Amino acid sequence: MHVPDRAGPGLSAMNARIPPVVAAPPERDDLFEVRRKIYPRAVSGLFARWRWAMVWITQLVFYGLPWLTWNDRPAVLFDLLSRRFYLFGVVLYPQDFIYLTGLLVISALALFLFTAVAGRLWCGYACPQTVYTEIFLWIERRVEGDRHARMRLDQGARDARWLGLKTLKHALWLAVALWTGISFVGYFTPIRTLLGEVGALALGPWEAFWVLFYGFATYGNAGWMREQVCKYMCPYARFQSAMFDRDTMIITYDQARGEPRGSRSRKADPAANGLGSCIDCGLCVEVCPTGIDIRNGLQYECIGCAACIDTCDQIMDRMGYPRGLVRYTTQNALARGWHGSQLLRRAFRPRVLVYGTILLAVSLALFGHLAMRTPLKVDVMRDRGSLGREVEGGMIENVYQLQLINTTESPRRLRIRVGGIASAMVASEAEVEVPPVQPRLVPVRVRVPAGAAAPGSSRIEFLVDALDDPAVAVREKSTFYMPR
Amino acid sequence: MADFTGAGWSAFIIVSTLVGLALCLWITITLSRRPPPRDAVGTTGHSWDGDLQELNNPLPRWWAWLFYLTIAFALVYLALYPGLGAMRGSLGWTQAEQYQAEVARMDETTRPLFERYLKQEVAQVAADPQARAMGERMYLTYCVQCHGSDGRGSKGFPNLADGDWLHGGEGPVLVRTIGEGRQGVMPPMAAAVGSAAEVENLANYVLSLSGGAHDAVKAELGKPKFAACAGCHGADGKGNPALGAPNLTDSVWLYGGSLASVTETITKGRSNRMPAFGELLGPGKVQVLAAYVWSLSHGTGAAGSAPARP
Repeated sequence: MHVPDRAGPGLSAMNARIPPVVAAPPERDDLFEVRRKIYPRAVSGLFARWRWAMVWITQLVFYGLPWLTWNDRPAVLFDLLSRRFYLFGVVLYPQDFIYLTGLLVISALALFLFTAVAGRLWCGYACPQTVYTEIFLWIERRVEGDRHARMRLDQGARDARWLGLKTLKHALWLAVALWTGISFVGYFTPIRTLLGEVGALALGPWEAFWVLFYGFATYGNAGWMREQVCKYMCPYARFQSAMFDRDTMIITYDQARGEPRGSRSRKADPAANGLGSCIDCGLCVEVCPTGIDIRNGLQYECIGCAACIDTCDQIMDRMGYPRGLVRYTTQNALARGWHGSQLLRRAFRPRVLVYGTILLAVSLALFGHLAMRTPLKVDVMRDRGSLGREVEGGMIENVYQLQLINTTESPRRLRIRVGGIASAMVASEAEVEVPPVQPRLVPVRVRVPAGAAAPGSSRIEFLVDALDDPAVAVREKSTFYMPR
Repeated sequence: MADFTGAGWSAFIIVSTLVGLALCLWITITLSRRPPPRDAVGTTGHSWDGDLQELNNPLPRWWAWLFYLTIAFALVYLALYPGLGAMRGSLGWTQAEQYQAEVARMDETTRPLFERYLKQEVAQVAADPQARAMGERMYLTYCVQCHGSDGRGSKGFPNLADGDWLHGGEGPVLVRTIGEGRQGVMPPMAAAVGSAAEVENLANYVLSLSGGAHDAVKAELGKPKFAACAGCHGADGKGNPALGAPNLTDSVWLYGGSLASVTETITKGRSNRMPAFGELLGPGKVQVLAAYVWSLSHGTGAAGSAPARP
């Protein structure tokens, strides 16, 4: 961008004549600044309802999943010790980590897509930092009151009431944070077992560490750090602006309509006073969780939560002005006066279509592959110590270890066959039973009549299939050594 | 480190580390005191390519404390742990000691289990599926390289699954074989037997003992020469486990049962060695390993096919 992103393109020139709403930060005398605590005012409205819906959805999933059971085991369990990852009907192994890669690629592409279309949707509605801050702010509001009550409390005397309210707030925060930590570890240790351990004070050292660490991170980030996480720590917050273009929906103050701002009587005709629609009530600044003034244009601090839209729409309703002085729009739409369908048409621009196509392709590939996955893994390890040995009947024998991994949750009888050399045969037990979700190491002896293959190594192939389901079959290559 | 380099290098590293830390501290302090240039919009005043400006977005002050914290952490760490040149740190911690402590802790955990197995006969241990599973894992670590993953060996490496033993296959003998190792030596017998033709006659006789392919006439001629072998292999050729002398009548051949390889064995002798594992593994593990090897030829459970591994 060839303009500072604090002020949107074309808007920077106007900055000079926009009077600041809040007092300018105190003069800085060093490279760093002192944080000003932000007291976001409660907000209601369409987008606030969306955000709360996302809070409920994400948190029902997060807190709820560890409690679900499936086939008498937790539905979702990442068993690090035995390196098995249960996701409902699927059991994944470390060998399946490619799926995690795919999931991360999908997440990244989805972020690209949503950001290109409508800016920082993730930040504003779904990011855990936003969601937990919302929950913690709600608790804060219930205990200490809204913005002004909280400011008064912090500036007032440190009396018994102050101590009581702060103690209550932090106790509630810590309770939520601790429960979050327990739920998190509940993905790695079955949560009922975990709660038993918590009750008996018998947590393992790592369980205790992660419960406390995750809990502390929740408490610290949602209670204390808040917008600083987005402003100073989060890399996604920063690189999302690289995906913005002039057709990206962003939360924008309609400067042409709003300026010149100023207070006025509700009955007065703004045009007669030479005023725009902005009554300069300052509510958009008071509700902002990152403490910025949206009227200064697009700023890197803006997480796209739309709280300013909600509150401004309510003011516009009260004033009898049309809504949308602050609204979701694009820079192009603002400059050219586009509305509705004109604006939406630009959502289907090449950049978005490319992101969407790649996202769709990767998703189809990943989930298709997952659905067609063979629930059997075979690894062939040829014995290194010996080449070939002579056995009775003029046969040459090679020994292999087959690592058979049954990824289903029922025992399976597997048949081992060998191909590649026509007369090759399995001399050891050709049918083996593998217990559910277990690997089994099976030594396999393969015999070939002397002279049936060229001296030296020849390619052979193991074919392992399930007796109850011929579709479950895996081929693995190896070599057979024929002594000279 | 000091084993390979002189004290000068250690001093060099100590000095460069400390100077580096001091430099970090100095930069952090001096730069954080320098006020950034400001203008009305809040840019730093830099401008590139005509219109590319840089906004001043200062970090919060607590962030600066993170810098100081890392420097303090470095100093404390270097005081406690090795890192400053050849200095060992005041805690005296070493990787080797940590490893030994972990091994000792693990041994302490498993000791009761192995003590239980040590009180049992090898055959009893072999009947315990858990012990067999442990034995198999150890077998696949320590024995598999020579004896093969199915225990059936290879040329020069005895088959452990055929019930035929050089030194005997009873439990205590297996424990001794694994724990103390074995030396298998057959001296070159060409001088004692005579000419090459006489050696070939003797080889034919040896093959006849187990009913292998041989020339009956030559075997008959070679029979008297077997007196040279009888000292170890016995007059009837059935061998002597006490000496590790193999039974020549059972058609199990460690080095091959062809006329050529038997002739070679007689002419040049054979020398073989199984290393001792007692010192490495300790008596408990040797006992469990012996039980697994015993089970290979006694078919407790499914010999040669593994129980589930977790």
